[in-house]
Amino acid sequence: MNELTLIAVVSIITGGITIGFGAIGPAFAEGRAVASALAALAQQPDASSTITRTLFVGLAMIESTAIYCFVVTMILLFSNPFWNYFVDLSGA
Amino acid sequence: MHLSPDDIVFWQYDFVKLNATIVFTWLLILVLTVGSRLITRSLTNELQGSRWQNALEIIVLGIEKQIANIGMVSPRRYIVFLGSLLLFVGIANLFTIFPGYEPPTGSLSTTIALALCVFVAVPYFGIKQKGIKGYFASYLQPTALMLPFNIIGELSRTFALAVRLFGNIMSGSMIIAILLLISPLLFPIVMTVLGLLTGMVQAYIFFVLASVYIAAATSVSAAKLPLQTINGSDNKHRK
Repeated sequence: MNELTLIAVVSIITGGITIGFGAIGPAFAEGRAVASALAALAQQPDASSTITRTLFVGLAMIESTAIYCFVVTMILLFSNPFWNYFVDLSGA
Repeated sequence: MHLSPDDIVFWQYDFVKLNATIVFTWLLILVLTVGSRLITRSLTNELQGSRWQNALEIIVLGIEKQIANIGMVSPRRYIVFLGSLLLFVGIANLFTIFPGYEPPTGSLSTTIALALCVFVAVPYFGIKQKGIKGYFASYLQPTALMLPFNIIGELSRTFALAVRLFGNIMSGSMIIAILLLISPLLFPIVMTVLGLLTGMVQAYIFFVLASVYIAAATSVSAAKLPLQTINGSDNKHRK
């Protein structure tokens, strides 16, 4: 197994693990956030606009942790700097 | 497969590149400035204004109301900066309905530039409001021990602001590109609609976060005021 194969294998496995585990936490967090927002909406329907706005902002901030994992995965899979370095090395 | 519109190069001379990000950013600036210039050229004070003037008034007043809701005392002072951020990011994400258009917010260069604007604007408005000494004293807020963490927080939230917008928009166009390979008929359209929704929400988030950062830098007693209001509302509910 040469360096390129090793890098490809490690990158692909790490990419899968990153997005898989990175989605678990935000999924739980978003579920809890929506559940408590629904409870608050049922208690105080008058405050629905404030609750909905805060909920959307909070959801987007929670979701951004999953997005960070997604960005790392995309970098690993499509523009991996180590992969590019060794491809350049073998080409030159 | 390209990660960002930076990779689409229209014209290149030595190291001077004209890529899709720059071209579409210029296009957006042109549309925004020429559009608002055309509308504001003939403003009237009468009850029956033109259709476009009404639309613009709704947008400006809506932004002002949002800024006031976040807790700023004089929204007019910040609407130039914050409103431009919201309109630019919003229009950039909205224009994905046109075929062939690549949102410049899907490139990390654009989002980092926008986040750097916020990074500079926060101390600017803070110093303007509280003076140099008053602003930098807020870095020592709980104790002087927290100084390095406050500085790290300032840097990391700027980075997070940029990566959040980039990641959301990039993932939208990436998912559409992947779906075009798998099921090219109807499903990409559904994902485009979802991308429009997330684009507008992300524009709003960017605007709200920038406003919250500026509000935190300009408020006089940021550490004490929210705690009291929370306790007060709690007591009211228990009674």
